[in-house]
Parts: sequence; C-alpha cells; structure tokens
Amino acid sequence: MSKATTFAWTADSKKLAKHHISKYPEGRQQSAVMPLLDIAQRQNGGHLTIEIMEYIAAYLDMAPIKVQEVATFYSMYRHKPVGKHHVQVCGTTPCWLRGSDDIMAACKSRLGIELGETTKDGQFTLSEVECAGACVNAPAVAINDDYFEDLTPESMTKLLDDLAGGKKVTPGPQNGRQTSAPDGGATTLKEFIGKEEGA
Amino acid sequence: MLADKDRIFTNLYGHQSPFIDAAMKRGDWDGTKELIEKGKDWIISEMKESGLRGRGGAGFPTGLKWSFMPKESDGRPSYLVVNADEGEPGTCKDRDLMRHDPHKLIEGCLIAGFAMNAIAAYIYIRGEFYREAEALEQAIDEARAKGFLGKDACGTGYAFDVFVHRGAGAYICGEETALIESLEGKKGQPRLKPPFPANVGVWGCPTTVNNVESIAVAPTILRRGGAWFSGLGRPNNTGTKVFCISGHVNNPCNVEEEMGIPLKELIEKHAGGVRGGWDNLLAVIPGGSSVPVLPKDVCDTILMDFDSLRDVQSGLGTAAVIVMDKSTDIVKAIARLSEFYKHESCGQCTPCREGTGWMWRVMERLVTGEADKSEIDMLLEVTKQVEGHTICALGDAAAWPIQGLMRHFRHEVEARIDAYRAKAAE
Repeated sequence: MSKATTFAWTADSKKLAKHHISKYPEGRQQSAVMPLLDIAQRQNGGHLTIEIMEYIAAYLDMAPIKVQEVATFYSMYRHKPVGKHHVQVCGTTPCWLRGSDDIMAACKSRLGIELGETTKDGQFTLSEVECAGACVNAPAVAINDDYFEDLTPESMTKLLDDLAGGKKVTPGPQNGRQTSAPDGGATTLKEFIGKEEGA
Repeated sequence: MLADKDRIFTNLYGHQSPFIDAAMKRGDWDGTKELIEKGKDWIISEMKESGLRGRGGAGFPTGLKWSFMPKESDGRPSYLVVNADEGEPGTCKDRDLMRHDPHKLIEGCLIAGFAMNAIAAYIYIRGEFYREAEALEQAIDEARAKGFLGKDACGTGYAFDVFVHRGAGAYICGEETALIESLEGKKGQPRLKPPFPANVGVWGCPTTVNNVESIAVAPTILRRGGAWFSGLGRPNNTGTKVFCISGHVNNPCNVEEEMGIPLKELIEKHAGGVRGGWDNLLAVIPGGSSVPVLPKDVCDTILMDFDSLRDVQSGLGTAAVIVMDKSTDIVKAIARLSEFYKHESCGQCTPCREGTGWMWRVMERLVTGEADKSEIDMLLEVTKQVEGHTICALGDAAAWPIQGLMRHFRHEVEARIDAYRAKAAE
C-alpha cells in the first residue's frame, strides 16, 4: 500500500471477509469484491469512501479502478452518508398502481425531507428504488435490510413514528396478512396451514 | 384448479418453518441418493420428458439446456449458477421459494449440478433480498451438517457444494452473462454470445444458468416422474407454475397453479377478482413488465402459458400478472416502466443507453399530452431501432411495453394529445 489509510477491517469484518473469499476458487478472490464492499459499507456506517475502495483493492489484489467501477455500478453501494434508517420507497408500476405516490408523500410529510435527503438528526434518509420484488405485497418499502409491505399512508407514518421513538417494528405485511397469501385466507394449501411442524 | 397434492411448493406462504426438519417432513431430501444413483442420463431424460421450460422468462427447455454441458471435463470444472436476481417488475415468486422452501432449491442444485458434472452451485440472489439470503445460508449450513452437501453428498461419493452470492442492486444482473460478470467481481455488463456459458461461463468454465423455480421443481419432478409433470398443462406448456398477481385485484397474491389456467380464472379464484369486478378491468401485463400489455377483451379468454400468450403478441415471461382497472392512467403506467428501463440500462450498447432515456422522455410527454401525434410513430420507430440491436434483451424489454401500449391503447394516447391541445387553445 502506497499511502497510509485509516480504514482497516475490524476482527469481525475480517472474519466475514475471509469467509466470503473462501467461497470462490483459488485465485478468483476478485469475486468477493461485492460482499467485501458490503461488509466495509456496514462497518463504515452506511457508505463507502475512496479510501475504503483502495483498501479493498489492495486486500483482493485488484486495480483500484476495478473496485471503483463495481462500487459505482451497483445502486446499493452508497457514496454519501445515509441516515440510521434508510427508507427506500419502491415506485415501480406494481407499487405505483397500489399507491406508492401516497406512501412517498407520507414519508416526506412525516420526515420533513425531500427525496435523497437525510433528516438533520441523521436518523432517516429517503430514497426511491426500482422494483423491490415484493409486488404482490405492494406498496412496499425497504428500510435497511427489511421489507415493510401492504402499507397505507397511516401505517407508513406509524412505522416512521415507531422507528423515531426507538420502538420495535415488525417487518413484512403491515396489515396482518400472511406473507404473499391472499388477504382474507389462502385459496390453496389449506391442509398445510396451521401445522407448525418442526419449527 | 390444481389439486394441493400436485402442488410442489407446499410451504409457499411460510405457514411452516422453512428449515430442515420441517422441510424433510414435507418430502425434501427424500431418496436423493437413489435419484442420483439412477445417473446423469436418466435425470436429463426425465427432465426432458417433463417438458419443463425455464421459469425465468425465456422458457427454454431445461433438460435440453442441461444436456449442453460437456460430458467429459477438458480439465476445467463445470458450474451451476442459479439466477435468483429476481427483479422483473411484477415478479416476486423466487423470493417466496427461497425464504419459505429453500431446501427444494438446494436439493435441486445438487441434482442439477450432478446431472451436468458441476463441482458447485452459486446462487446469485439480488442484494435487497437480505433476509432471503440469510434463510438460504442457514438452509445450506443445515444441508452440509446432514451430509447432503460436501465431499460425499448424500453418501453418493459425489462432491458438491452450494454458495450464496449477493448482488447489490442491478436489474441487469438477471441477464445470465451479466450475472456471470458480476459473480466474477465486475460490473454487470452482458457478454457477447457466442461463446455461450455452457462453453465459457464463470471463470472461463462451462456454466449453466437456471432460474430458481426451474431448479427448485426438479427434485419433485424426478421423484414423481417427468410424465406426472408433463401431464399437467398443455403440450409444450407443461407443469405447474408460481404466478404473481399484483395491481388492481382485491387480494394480490402468489399462487402455484397449473400452466394454461385461464387468466380470468386465475384472477377470480385466487386474487379475489378485479377491483370493482371483471368489467372494471382495463388491461393486464401478463408476464412481468417486459411483456406487452393486453386489453380486456383478450384477457377475457386468454390462457396463461407460453404459446397462448405468444399468439397474442405478448408472453408468459415470469408469469407475473400486473392487473390494471379502469381508473389506471395506462400511459403513465407504461411510462413508469420506461423510466425503470432507463434506470437499469447498463450503458454498454448505444441503442439501449441512449434509446431508453429517449423513449422515457417521449413517454413522459405523452403522459401529459404535450406532444405531436407524429411522435407516436417516431417513438415506435425508435423502439424498433433499439429492439434486436443490443447485446442483451434489456433493449427489447424496454421496447415491448411501448409497442404493446400503442398496439392496444393508441387511441388513449391520441385523445390525451387532443385534450392537451384543446386546453392550450382555450
């Protein structure tokens, strides 16, 4: 390494990094660049820096530009600080058909910020994302690693209130529904329902 | 309606635990060793007999795809790669298979991997599916602990392992060669074919890329026989399929049904019908955002399978049914998809990189009506200049929704332009 850096793996991150590198054939450690960027981003509180990318490049024996290409190609790598809760509203057609505009408006109103902004207290960042892949539970919002689904402006506002108040929140459908089953009861697999075997 | 006894994904909704004890009670990992001992040729021949066509959108016969892999290694190992980069708007089936029935996918990886001489499978899952990746990792650890994976998988003497690789937010990585690039630690930009992945795939080695559902149905097909699967649906469109029904229905849901089920029956039986009743239906996108929209009169009678939907100039795609009732601004619904493709174009090919942005900008003007009618034909011409002129199918996928809109709802677009002019003239 040519210059001093202040970023370095914590013991936990390093263990995780080695675990991911071990998934790929010998000499193919570049394949681990995506998981390593993710580990580093988490360790750094939610975003990447040039210094981190250079650290990972050295760690994986890659040209720094190759790491930067990856880190700027994929939308989940962030290059600016994000809030503690990163609220990512899906706005693609299946969510839009079920009211994602109202969900977005509820978020802006409750948080007092516009798209791409972070609240002054650093608690919330608001983003719009492309199809979250939870279309039958639309409208859906991802907050950090969890999905919150079947939202209404009211349940969205309550969710943000709870997060702001440090309360425990429950991911998944916010209307009491069982995952992707039809609301009001499954039309199939009835004999399997309620048999909580081997849980 | 498909009987529960013919449903493969009996834990689709997660009413039971996804993990190994419950999964084994549901029949996973039952006699896997015996299936493997019947040999590669038997497995591939049963898969061909089942008529299974790839469940990721393109519908290529799965057994045939497996048979393209080299029978003998030339020194290079072979790999199975599972495409779990689910991101086609409307589609959320693989998510359920991974979070609620992960052992079906893992057992399928072992069997498919064995049939194609692979040494390992990599499951490439979209980065946003963090919890689903956790469930998969846990299930893989369980399978290793039981000896189902590893140096002597299921006691067959065959060494095989399965790994999870998380993406990081790029729809294009659902394209198989972009996925391979990404798995190698690069930007997800599609490769020119040939060479095809079966010859030169990940790390320069023979590779087959299959959708999650295609692999996860394989163990059940082999246990029950290819003939059982091919007895469901219609010729060339066989088996069961997990449908995703979203949009303006009373009860949006995922459901496993028989291929070829009438669209109307699918919506009315499982999704509680169209909001406001069937006559309130405007249009349906039947197979995920990339396939052309269908107006109500086609939806009245159409069957949900590859050939029926192709015959009406649409497609089964991922079987993601996006329902729009008469309150829908259909121009805006399609314009939002154009924005999606503009956002997701990888930028490699000029027609797609420039075309998706251009098409989106024109679509946005058509939403307000601030356009000239001649621009409709100009827009259609541009879709034709993008379609078929790019390395991968993202360009086609961006063009088709617009073509579908103009085929069936051109009058709507023209009326909006008229209304805008009338208002401006006041």
